Amino acid sequence: MEPSFIYEAKGRTLVIHLPRELDHHNCRNLKYETDLLMAENYISRILFDFTGTEFMDSSGIGILLNRYKEMKASGGKTCLYGAGPQVLRVLKIAGIPALMEMYDSEEAAFGGQGVEMP
Amino acid sequence: MKKREVVTIKMDSVSENEEFARVAVAVFLSRMDPTLEEIEDVKTAVSEAVTNAVIHGYQGGEGTITLEVSVEEDVLTVLVQDEGVGIRDVAKAMEPMYTTAPDGERSGMGFSFMEAFMDQVEVVSAPGSGTTVTMRKKIGR
Repeated sequence: MEPSFIYEAKGRTLVIHLPRELDHHNCRNLKYETDLLMAENYISRILFDFTGTEFMDSSGIGILLNRYKEMKASGGKTCLYGAGPQVLRVLKIAGIPALMEMYDSEEAAFGGQGVEMP
Repeated sequence: MKKREVVTIKMDSVSENEEFARVAVAVFLSRMDPTLEEIEDVKTAVSEAVTNAVIHGYQGGEGTITLEVSVEEDVLTVLVQDEGVGIRDVAKAMEPMYTTAPDGERSGMGFSFMEAFMDQVEVVSAPGSGTTVTMRKKIGR
């Protein structure tokens, strides 16, 4: 089976590349996998990559909100980039833009943050 | 006047069928010449209702979900029915951010999304007698 999520550590940012369909079925492993990665690496920002995502429902919102709460508790940030029209409408209804910085591209997400500490 | 057209699908309560259900409804809806946005709205609402049946109705266990999609004039009606545990307090369950799921990964926004993306959402449920969600949306306004 093809993995739902691809994780990439860039400095202190954990980039999570999301699947084409972000629903309950595809979200099942994310908490376990990110918890493991967060325990093993020093991460101060989670950056969700929606570039390849064509569909998201409230299950996707659930994982975003929970990562947001966890990161906020440890003084970190949660951001995202690459949201298409359907994803964007769902994000807006859920009030996500008030909580997370949203970028057009990965370059913008890194450029907007300034220089990351090594 | 066109007569009512209806499709009924019975499926196992497994998370793989969340995608199957929303895609099947989207294909049915395509005969109404919907906009892309209308297709996305309906897919999202169907995904929420079927996910609720899998997670809450059958609590991740075995069961059958009935999906009935119909069109009459320019109104699409989607019915999602399970014979699971049912909901004790429907009004409470429909409150935004309310969830009974134990794993903490649920947003509690399922019913809010159904209401946001469809014109009308009706929930009939009682403990022990399953849940029926009926959603309607006018297509092509």
